Formats: sequence, structure tokens, C-alpha cells
Amino acid sequence: MFEAIAFYLFSAITIAMFAITVLSKNALYSMSALAAGMVMISGFFFLLDADFLGVVQIIVYTGAVMALYAFGMMFFDTTRDVKEEIRAPKLVFLLSGLSALLLVIALVAPIVSDHITALYPMTEGVENPQAVGIVLFTKYLVPFEVAAVMLLVAMIAGIVLAGKKMDESLTLKVEEEFQEKGAK
Amino acid sequence: MITLSHYLILSAILFCIGLIGVYRRKNLLLLLFSTEILLNAVNIGFAAVSKFYGDLTGQMFAFFIIAIAASEVAVGLGLMIVWYKRRGTLDLDSMQSMHG
Amino acid sequence: METYLYIALFAPLVGSLFAALFANRPKNIVTGIATSTLLFVAWISSVVLLMHVMHGEEVHVKLMDWIHAGGLYIPFGFVVDQVTATMMFVVTTVSTVVHIYSMGYMDHDRSFNRFFAWLSAFVFSMMVLVMSDNFAGLFIGWEGVGLCSWALIGFWYERESASWAANEAFIMNRIADLGMLIGIFLVYWNFGSLQYDEVFAQVADKDHTLLIMVTAFLFIGAMGKSAQFPLHTWLADAMEGPTPVSALIHAATMVTAGVYLVIRANPLYSAVPEVSYFVACLGAFVALFAASMALVNRDLKRIIAYSTLSQLGYMFVAAGLGAYWIALFHLMTHAFFKALLFLGAGNVMHAMDDELDIFKMGGLAKKMKWTMILMTLASLALAGIYPFAGFFSKDKILEAAFATDHYVLWTILWITAGLTAFYSFRLVMLVFFGEERYKIFGFHPHEAYKFMLWAMAPLAVLAVIAGFFEHSFMHMVSYVLPIEEYHVASGTFWTLVVVTLGIAASGIAVAVFKYSKGGFSKKWEETFIYKLLFNQYYIPKIYDEYICKPYAELSRIFWKDMDLKVVDATVDFIATTIYKSGMASRVVQSGNLSNMLRWMGVGLLILLLAAIFYSPVR
Repeated sequence: MFEAIAFYLFSAITIAMFAITVLSKNALYSMSALAAGMVMISGFFFLLDADFLGVVQIIVYTGAVMALYAFGMMFFDTTRDVKEEIRAPKLVFLLSGLSALLLVIALVAPIVSDHITALYPMTEGVENPQAVGIVLFTKYLVPFEVAAVMLLVAMIAGIVLAGKKMDESLTLKVEEEFQEKGAK
Repeated sequence: MITLSHYLILSAILFCIGLIGVYRRKNLLLLLFSTEILLNAVNIGFAAVSKFYGDLTGQMFAFFIIAIAASEVAVGLGLMIVWYKRRGTLDLDSMQSMHG
Repeated sequence: METYLYIALFAPLVGSLFAALFANRPKNIVTGIATSTLLFVAWISSVVLLMHVMHGEEVHVKLMDWIHAGGLYIPFGFVVDQVTATMMFVVTTVSTVVHIYSMGYMDHDRSFNRFFAWLSAFVFSMMVLVMSDNFAGLFIGWEGVGLCSWALIGFWYERESASWAANEAFIMNRIADLGMLIGIFLVYWNFGSLQYDEVFAQVADKDHTLLIMVTAFLFIGAMGKSAQFPLHTWLADAMEGPTPVSALIHAATMVTAGVYLVIRANPLYSAVPEVSYFVACLGAFVALFAASMALVNRDLKRIIAYSTLSQLGYMFVAAGLGAYWIALFHLMTHAFFKALLFLGAGNVMHAMDDELDIFKMGGLAKKMKWTMILMTLASLALAGIYPFAGFFSKDKILEAAFATDHYVLWTILWITAGLTAFYSFRLVMLVFFGEERYKIFGFHPHEAYKFMLWAMAPLAVLAVIAGFFEHSFMHMVSYVLPIEEYHVASGTFWTLVVVTLGIAASGIAVAVFKYSKGGFSKKWEETFIYKLLFNQYYIPKIYDEYICKPYAELSRIFWKDMDLKVVDATVDFIATTIYKSGMASRVVQSGNLSNMLRWMGVGLLILLLAAIFYSPVR
């Protein structure tokens, strides 16, 4: 009962928040709504007994990612409304609506459920973070390390791209720009 | 009683909200927001499957997706800043250099 | 013995490849000498093999497995039995002589080396043809000689008439080869093998209709190669090639391949008297038909070509009547004297700067004594005068026809014998005797090189004496060919000999008498018969009118209406459709990221649909 109430409540809030994110004209509103939606999603994770994931969701998404966006937005002019020329809005909703319908059909229909067996069953009597840790550092050790390296690379890339020499482009540098620089 | 289908349908709905964002928004920043929504929608699906089948693999995938999303934000935001510095706009319609 | 077999087979190939290396170089006498030497080596091997098989031995080798796919098994095997040995002897003898002779004849030709390459290649193909122990190998050789014949007829390809004649020969042979191929397929399907001995062993228990079809189709192939009516026109046109080629290919060897095929397949032909009888009748018809055309022709080489045709007819009569060994015997003697005749004609052509009209010659005997003697010998042999080779073989054919009660055939052949004698000596008289007409036209004839005349000598000797080997020859081939003894009363026999000799002698007499006095009057040329004969019964014209032109018209229709309007249009339609769809879908590549994302959405939708409707797990 409690689960159902929580589920519907969270669902309503999440959908509303994400809808604001997608439809709002103000980038600041969008970001705030997105952060709120992220918190709600961590709520689903807790409901689903994935405590560790929920915590990570709050820390990484609501904490790190959203903070990153917030800092990033300081470079852009966010007080103004975002000017967008949206062509054929009906097509957008049609495409998305159809996709949603098809996805729902695909998911509701008992297509795959009979064919699934648990690879790493939950261990009884073990807390979720502990279980996650066991799997993560045994079976998924290599992907975990790779993900770590990837994050490191992404961090370096972010620093380089948005680093000191922000008046120069590293990726789209044209030859004349170099020459001009050389002339200086 | 909340079943797996509930979660999956929720996941599908959120995914489509994300899709609407991707199709609709022209601002690069908001486009990135939409991709975050897409990733989160999938994460819910993974966590739900993980729970209802008693298998941790789903959670693992969600975990790695979060890692990937974090790196994506770092790189994407960096690129976006560079672009903004060059062009002074984040409008997708201004990016036509790949015109065939 | 295997070594000799391989030497005989591959020596010409080695010579050909060697000469081909220099094909584009200026004349190099070494190629001529090398190929001739290798041919001589092949000749020695052939003689050794002939001696070996003389007393009933046989050499059979399997070089390698050639085709071994599914149920099809064709080893690349060669057999030398008495028939093959005879053919090898004939081929190598004539080709050696022709090679040596060609060194003189082609002396001033700029494609000297190329000539020898093709000539030796021809000999190799011919050896494959006669030595193969199965129909597939025979067919390879058959096509090989066809190819070489094409290249050599069109040797002076810069002349339009030569390349036209080459193509005509090639195409006519292809038509016939289709028949042959069908025959070979039928053999394979019904006998399950292409080996001669295996096929012939099963003849007795096969359906009669099937045998008729097999033999008929094989004979169509033989008709093409041996230029029998109605596929005969190419042989006369093939005279465009160099004269040594005519001597080797279009007199002595390749055109006799058809006869060889019938002889080789004698168990098949013996089993179907209907087809055999048809072969004999066609042979007799062609003998008379070709001889009649030779009567009036003015072209030196064409006259000889028609006489070849006529003699091939004789051979087919013999083969059709079941007297295979006589056919082979006549094939051999004919090869000798006809090659000699052609080489003599080559000398005359050389002397007359490639002039071919015999009415522009005359009185050449003074300038070209030896050529005159050699050609007269050959003509006597061709006419069938005792004791020359032609007498024995031709007489045997007539005897066979008479003894088997085919009196009509006998009469035709008998008349043809007279005509043969007449036109042979008409040729000799017009070329070598009488008024010296060439002076009017400003020719300065001269005798050929000495070594060319010496090269012809062996042929002359064989043309004279080959007939005396009749009995030993018969004894030899009796190991593989059925020998029928013809029982003709001694009196009848001598009567036949005298009658045949009589008509030949009278033919010669008429020719000598008439042409020593300046020939027939001009009025003759106005008569219908003369025109009919001179225009080759209008057959080339009929072919042109009723086959070539409608075919060309049909081709034009297919080109204009079918190809352009249907095939081309279809292809064009596909191309323009793709092109237009490309143009239409170019908008996708607008470069606008937002649009691209939407297209991606469409793709996602399609994939979802596909996943739902074609789900593999459902």
C-alpha cells in the first residue's frame, strides 16, 4: 500500500518535473526541474531496494552533474528566455507519442519475461550496498576500472576544453587563427 | 500492487518525455538535459528489472550508465563552452557546417 | 613408348610457345628452324609409335585427372592405337614438310614468327584431337584446331576478305560444334562416360533411337569440320589464308577430322545403318557437287579446295558404307597428294606475285620445271591413275560401293572420278602449258627456292608409293577397325578397275586435248549451267539472302526494339529511380542537427515496430 502511494506520488512528480525541463523556456527553470526530477528518481531506487544506486544517484546526479551544469550555465546568459524556433511541433509529439505507445506495448506484452533467469541472485540477509560491492569487485571489476579511467579522461577533457585559453578553440581552430597568433 | 510493468511503463513515459525534448529543443544545453532524462528513464527500468528478477546485473548497468552520464556531462559541457565562446549562441540551427 | 607419345604430343607445343615469344619481333629464321626441328622430332616419335603399334600393340597413358566433379570423371588420357598412329604419321609428316616449306614461302612476310607460332599450335591441337582417348579431349583438340584455323585463315588480317573468311569459317564451325557438343552430352548422359572404350562397349544394349540421335549430332560436328554440304562454303573462302596453311589445315589434316571422328566412333555408326547410309549419300552428293564446281572455277586455290571437298565426300562414302579402313586409307593418301598439290600451287602463286586466276597463267612449265613435275604427279594421284596413291584408295572406295550393291552411289562416284581427272588436268594445262598468257600481264615468274622443292619431295614420294602399302595398312588397322572382305568376282573386279581407270584417263585426255588447243569457246560461259557452277550453285548468295540478311534484320530489331526499348529502358529506369530517390532524400542531409535527430526518431520508431512484429522470442 505504502509502496503504491509512494510510486504514484513519485511518478507524478517526476513526470511533471521532466515535462517542465523539456518544455520550459527558461533554462534556469529547466535545470532546477531536472535536479528535482533526479532526486525523485533516487526515490524510485530506494523503493526498488537499490539503496546504493539511490545514494549514487543523489551524489552524482543531483550533486555533481547538476552542480556542473549550474557552473556551466554561468558562462551562458541564462536570465533571458531561450529563443527557439520550433518547427513542426506536432511532428515531435507524434513521433514521441508513437514511440511511447510502441514501447509500452512491447513492455506490457509478455515477450521476454519467461526467458529471464537471474545471473547474480540477490543474497539473502545481505544489505544492498554490500551485495553490490561483491558483484562490482568480482564480476564487473574490469568494467569498473575502465569506467574509472573513462571518468578520468572525461575530467581531463573537460578541464582542457573549458580551461584557461577559452578565447581559443582547440577543436575548430582554423589556420588563419594560428597565423594571427603567430603574428602577435 | 506495483508490478514490473508499472515501472517499465513509467520508464517508457519518461523516456518519451526525453525524446520530446531531444526532438523539440534547439538549445544545446537543454538538449543535454533531455539526454539526462533519457538515461535516467532507462536507469529506472534497469533497477526495476533487477529487483523483480532478483538479479544485480540491472543495478550494475544502471551504475555504469551513471558513470557514463557523468563523463558525458564533463566533455559535453566543455565542448559547449568552447562553442559558445566562438559563436555566442547555442542554437542548433546555427550549426550547419555538416550541410550536404 | 610413353616417352615417344609425350614427345610427339608436346614437341609442337614447345615449338609454338617458343615461336610465340618472338611473335611481335621482326622475322627471325630461328623460330622457323626451331619449330621445324621440333616437328621433325615429333615425326620421328610418330614413326616409332607407328612401328610399335604395327603389330597390334597399343599405348595408353593417363596424364592426369582432368575433371573429377560429382559423377563426372574425365581423365586426361591419350591412346595410340593403329588409327591414331596413322593419323599422327599423316599429321606430323605433312606438318613437318609444311613447316620447312613455309620458311621459304613466308620469307618476306613481316609476321614470320607469328605464323610459326600458330602453325605449331595447330599441330599440337591436332595431336590432342587424334590422340585423346575420350570425347572431351577430342573436343578440346577439335576447338583448338578451329581456333588455329581461324587465326591462320585470317593471318593477313589487314585484308578485309581474309578476316571475313576467317570469321565465316569460325562461325560455321561453331554451328556444327553445337551439334557435336549435343552429341557428346547425349553420350555422357546415356553412357555415363566419355572414354571411347567404355562407350563403345555399351553400344549393344542401348536404345536404337538414342544411337541415331548420338550419331546424327556427332556427324553434324563432323560435317562442319569437314565442310560437308550445307556447311561447305567456308572451305573455299578459307583459301584466303597463306597457302601452306591451306595445304596443312584445309587439305591434309583439320578437314579430315570429321572423317576421323566417324572412323573413331565406328562402333556407334556400325550400329545405326540409317545414319551411316545418310553419311554415305551425303558424301557421294558432296563429291559430285564439289567436283562440278571445280570444273569451271578460275581460282587456282579454290579449284584445289573444291577437289578437297570432293575427296572428303569420297571418304565419307567409304565410312558410311562401313569400310572404315578404306576411308582412313584414302584420308592418308589424299593428305599426301593434296598437300603436295597445294604446296605446288603455293610455288605458282609466289612466282606469279599472288595472282590466282589460272587464265592469266600458262606455259609456266618452262620456268618452273620441278613445280610442274610435282604438281603433275599430285594431279595424277588425285585423278586416280595407276600406280599413284589415289588409284588404290579411290578404287577401293568404288569397289566397296559396288560390292555392297549401292549402284547409284557407285555411279555418282564413278562420274566424279572422271570430273576429278578433268579439272585436275585443266588446272595443270592452264597453269603450266599452252600459251604464255602471263607475259601479257607483265609477270616475271621464277622457280621457288631449292629447299622448298626438296621439302616437297617426301610428299611426292609418298603420293607415288603410298598405295602399295594397302595390304600392310589393312592388316595394321584391322586390330581396331572392322575389315569387311568384299566378294566381287574376279572378272567384275577387273572390269571395275578398267572402267574407273578409263573414265579417269578419258577425263585427262579431254582436258589435255581441249586446253592444249586453247580451251572451250567463250559461248560456254553464257550457258546456264556454266553460270550455275561458276556461282557455286548460288549457295553463298542464298545464304546471304535468306540467312544472313534476315538474321541481320532480326538482330537490328532486337537491338532497336528489344535492347534499346526494353533492356536499356529497364536499366535506365532503375538508375533514374535511384538517382531521383537520392535527390529526394538529399533533404535529410540538411546538416541541421535537430532535423537529423528527428530522422533518428523515425528510425527508432521503425526499429521498435520491427522489434514488436518480428520479435524472435515471442
